[in-house]
Parts: sequence; structure tokens; C-alpha cells
Amino acid sequence: MGSSVTRFAAGLLAVTGAALFAVDGPALAQSSVKIGYALSRTGPNAGGAAVTTLPNYEMWVKEVNAAGGLKLGDKRVPIEVVQYDDRSSAEEAARSLERLITQDKVDFILPPWGTGLNLAVGPILNKAGYPHLASTAVTDRAPELAKRWPNSFWLLGTSAGAANTLVDLLVKLRGEGKIGDTVAMVSVADGFGIDLSGAARPALAKANFKLAYDKTYPVGTQDLSPIVNEVKALNPDVFIAFSYPPDTLGITEQARIASFNPKIFYTGVGTAFPLFKQKFGANAQGVMGIGGWSGDSAPIKDYLARHKAAAANGAEPDRWASAVTYASLQMLQQAIERVGKIDREAVIKDLQTGTFDTIIGKVKFENNLPTKYWWVGQWQDGEFYGVGPATNEGARTPVVPKPAWKAP
Amino acid sequence: MSAMRLAAALAACAGLAVLALLPVYVDAYYLALAIGLLQFTVLATAWGLFSGPTRYVSLATTAFFGVGAYTVAVLGELLPWPLVLLIATAIGAVMAVVVGLSTLRLSGLHFVIFTFGLAELIRQLVIWFEVNKSRVLGRYVFVDITQKDIYWQLLALAVAVFVIGWLIERSRLGFALRIIGEDETVAKHCGINVTVAKVTLFTISAVFMTLVGAIMAPRWTYIEPSIVFNATISFEVVIMALLGGAHRLWGPALGAIPLTLLFEFLAARFPTASTLIMGVIFLLIVYALPAGVVGLWDNFRRQWRPRRVEQEAKA
Repeated sequence: MGSSVTRFAAGLLAVTGAALFAVDGPALAQSSVKIGYALSRTGPNAGGAAVTTLPNYEMWVKEVNAAGGLKLGDKRVPIEVVQYDDRSSAEEAARSLERLITQDKVDFILPPWGTGLNLAVGPILNKAGYPHLASTAVTDRAPELAKRWPNSFWLLGTSAGAANTLVDLLVKLRGEGKIGDTVAMVSVADGFGIDLSGAARPALAKANFKLAYDKTYPVGTQDLSPIVNEVKALNPDVFIAFSYPPDTLGITEQARIASFNPKIFYTGVGTAFPLFKQKFGANAQGVMGIGGWSGDSAPIKDYLARHKAAAANGAEPDRWASAVTYASLQMLQQAIERVGKIDREAVIKDLQTGTFDTIIGKVKFENNLPTKYWWVGQWQDGEFYGVGPATNEGARTPVVPKPAWKAP
Repeated sequence: MSAMRLAAALAACAGLAVLALLPVYVDAYYLALAIGLLQFTVLATAWGLFSGPTRYVSLATTAFFGVGAYTVAVLGELLPWPLVLLIATAIGAVMAVVVGLSTLRLSGLHFVIFTFGLAELIRQLVIWFEVNKSRVLGRYVFVDITQKDIYWQLLALAVAVFVIGWLIERSRLGFALRIIGEDETVAKHCGINVTVAKVTLFTISAVFMTLVGAIMAPRWTYIEPSIVFNATISFEVVIMALLGGAHRLWGPALGAIPLTLLFEFLAARFPTASTLIMGVIFLLIVYALPAGVVGLWDNFRRQWRPRRVEQEAKA
């Protein structure tokens, strides 16, 4: 027994060692462009990455390769993908990227999913000089990070932007006499809820809204009916929930059961998911949430159709970061093709200064940040349209007051 | 025998010099791998310091690790680095004493469950504080510390954990703990102050875990409770220490090094199935190596002992 186990252990060690120190193949002429990414295939981030990030990466690679590849100078070079699972861990994400850079020697890297992991890999991508198009990170430090790491681009903006846009919209609706000034706000006790409620609180006070209810609940709270019932008793005009997907669905369901129907009903992450529409059907009508897109524009309609055709079992993209993620890939592609060779420094420069034609419209970065975002969306007739900022091209007029809940 | 000791000491010094110079010669990837190896070596050895002799299985590793990381997140940009580490040490020690005094009267499964709950308790306390008092969740660590600095600090910590572990083994404390591990009632009857002995060692072990968290924090830029209070770390450390064999000082390292390399290999070669394969390997370890690598070594030595005794008798 002892010796066979020893041999087993020795075998494992030998295999590990051999694999780790395996030497890379000989350098070849540019017959492919190597693109690497580490996404959360397991762990708490896996759900978000599976909806927003992975389908877009796969679809983009498939489309580019179907067209013959990326256009470098006068020839097309196909994309070769190297991918890892970061197991939703910051340390694993960092190590995977170091492996992509020094071992696999990939030409470009696509970012991981989520704020935490994008920040964890920021310094590594910066040091190695890879462009970093963070399309699923919301951080108030985005302007500072863009300065610190000039290779990084923060496409989803700041949580202050999200909260302020919502308050601006409320001010406008109050001015039109559509709503009063009582607001009830709940938030999830995690990064997203804290940041957004932290920004919304002073903005609401400054705009002279009455904050009748302001409470947080822990991540993973199952029973949300006490919160909904407390809020209902206060009869506010506006209900804001800075919530995560499970609670977004839970709160909406409880509000429907309790017939709590404020003039504005706003929920957080998850409202823009196709799942929301599947679950609530006609009852989604009038619900507002974070995100949104120009649902009337031809490129977005085309993107939706292509996504449904490409994704496994015809899954739809979410109506917030999905389109931004795909647009970030278009920008990367256009920058690479304009430079015409694998020159990461030149690609970063082009990203900083160029204008890009994407499914979300023309994009030009200012100080590595986009100049417009969709922050408030609303379900209208089965589509989640952007309604705020109202100045955005394609912004729909919000349906206020929200129609009554129907029996399912 | 003393010549052999001297040779071993010289070899250790030479090995240490090579390890200290490593970051100069390897690229970022191997440096990251070396950091991972050192991190788990220190964590598993520190775990073994307490859990080896006393046989208390602790799942609190991530509680201390997270507290260390959070100390850096809060103070990293405000105070000079050595002071930050010193404060992390103090916080880890105070926490360990409080926890130790209140729980080391528990034994067996109760202790395991309590330590697992402790990590969650601390995590919820941090969240409660951040949500209701500081109103930020998710902190940024922008300190001027390179990957090489992290490596060297971990290397120094690894040396410290082995030296202190070696000293404890040879002290009255180490002897007392071995008796406690064999039979706590007997230990009490021998006049050993069981509580003081256990709390002292628990604290020493916890301080090392806290320091690992503090040293690693600058590597991730961004810290939030779900990142640093990650229960997986606690379980990995236990598995590593068990694979190596926790009843000897150098046992846990023998588990930490191959397992870290194995995780890395699986992550690189089987990116979509690595978690699954890891689970199977954990099962195999517990089934095939109940006494760990050290157990194999001890078996091997036992077979050779008669001949050595003879030789020593002649000498």
C-alpha cells in the first residue's frame, strides 16, 4: 500500500512539474492573433459572467473568424482563444492573467467580469502594457483609475453617475407634476447597494425629496415581504431598491403580491435581465431599473437577433452591460485594424484618441471614459428602453405613473 | 551527528539565499506562483503550529487572513507600511486571545463548527460596520508595494514561522501541548495550565495568518469582504496540512507545495473542469494518505530504524 501510494504521489508531482515547466512552442510568423481571457466559470460571479460576458466574447470571436479574422494590414488573421477559470477569486484572476501574459504570450487580453476582478487585474495589465476595456465594472474611482492606468478604459462609469441620473429624472417628473416628493429607498448591504444609496442620499436631500424610508438588508435575504409591507404602509410616490438580481426578483414579486404600486417602481441589478421579462411578463410594464439601451435603434435590434441566434438555447443579452461589452470588443477590433499590426502601445493610443462605430452608437473616449451612459431604463411593451439621461439619443419618455399590477 | 546538523544548517542557508534571489531571475508568472507557494506554506505551517500538537481542527484561517487584509485596506494609505503590519499583528493577536479564551474550552466537532462560524461572524461585523458607519463597502489599496516586496516579506515570514515553530517544539510550551493533544485530562493532572498553553499557541498561529493577509492585500488593489473572508482558503489550508501531516513542523509545507502546484496545473490545463478534479483529488488524499506525506516518511524511517540504532550503538 505504502509504496503504491508513494508512486501515485510521485507520479502526480512529476506530471505537475512537467506540465508547469513545459517550454512554449517555437515562435511562428503571425498566423493567428492570440486572445486570452479568464472568466468566472465557477463561484459566486459565474452567473453574471455567463449572462453578460462569455456569450459576447464567444459571439465576437465566432463572427470575426467567420469573416476570415482580424484585418492586419492587407491580410486577415484568425483569432485563437486561450481561456481560464478564475473561480471568482481575485488571486486566481491575477495569476491567470500573469499566465496569459508570460506563459501563453497572448496578443490581447479581454477583461474579467465584475468590479472587484477588474480592479484586481488592473495593475497587471497596466504593467504589461495591455489595453484594458473594463465593461462590467462600476466604480466611483473610474476617473482616478483611468489616470493611474492610462491603458484602462472604464465603460460603465461611476455609481454616483447612476444615482444622480435617477434623481435628475425624478426632479424632472416632479416638475411635470407626475410625482410627489416622498421617496422610499432600500439597498442591499454590499458594494453596489452601499455605493448607490451613498450617492443617492445627498442627491435626494439636495433636490428636496422627503426620504421616508432608508434601510439596508443583508446579501441573500430570502424573505423581503417585511420590507415591502413597511414601505407600503408609508405610501411613497417613489420606491427605489438598489438591489442584486435575486432580491430584485423577490422585491418585485412581493410588491405585486402586496399590491404595492407606487408611481415609480425602481429596482437594481437584474431588472435589465431577460429573466425579469420571462418571470413577470406583462407585469414588467412600467418597472424602472438600472441600465437600459436604445431599443429602437437598428444596430441594437440587429445585435439582439444575432445574440439570440449565436447563444446556446437562444438566450437574450441583458439590457445594460451586454451591449457595452460587445461594443468594447468592436472598439478593440477597430483599433487593432486601424493600427494594422500587433502593437499594443499603438492600439492603446488609438483607443484613447479615436472614434468608434459601435452598436451603442459612436463612441469617443474622454480621459479614457465614455461621454454618455444609460443609467435608467424602463420596461415598455416587452423591451427595456433607456429613459435616462433624457438627453441621450434614443431616450424614451418614461411611462409614469406605473400601471397597476395584474393578476398573473 | 553534529556534523550532519551543521550540513543541514548550511544547506538551509544556501537554499534561503537562492530563494531570496529568485525574484531577480524569474518572470512575473513564476513570481506569482512563488508568492502563492509561500502564502500557503506559511498559512499551512501556522495552522499546523496550533492544530498539529493539540489536534483541534480550526477553520478560522480566513477570519484572521481577512482581518489582516482589511487592516491594510483601512490604514494602508494613511500610515507607513511597517506600522500597518505592526497594527495588523496587534489586532490579530487581540482577536485570537479573545476568541481563544472563549472557545478553547470547546473540543472536537464543536470547536470546528465554532471556528467556521467565527469567519462568518467577523465578515458580518465588518459588513455591518462598513454599511452603517463608514458607508463604503469595497476598499481600494493603493500602496507602493511591488510583487517582489510581497515575495520577500512572505519569505521572511516563512523563515519566522519555521524558527518560532522550532523554538516552541523545544520549549516547555511545546511539550505541554503535546501532552494536551494526547490527553487533556492527564495534562491538567500534571499541573499544566491548559488554557494558557492553548491560547498562547492559538495566538501565535493566528498572528502569522493575519500577517499573510496583510502582506497579500496590496496584490489585489480592491478588497471587499467576499474576497478576503473566503471560506475556501480555510478548507484549502486544512487539506494541505492534512496531506503533509500536521504533527510535524515541516509537514504542512510538504502538503502546501505540491497542492499549490497541482491547483496551478489544473487551472492551466483543465480550465473548465479544475474545480471538479480538485474535489476528486481531495477525496483521494483523505482516503489514500490518512497520515499525510509525513506518515509515509515515518513508516519509511521505522523500517530503517533497527539498522540506525545499531550504528549509533557502535559509535
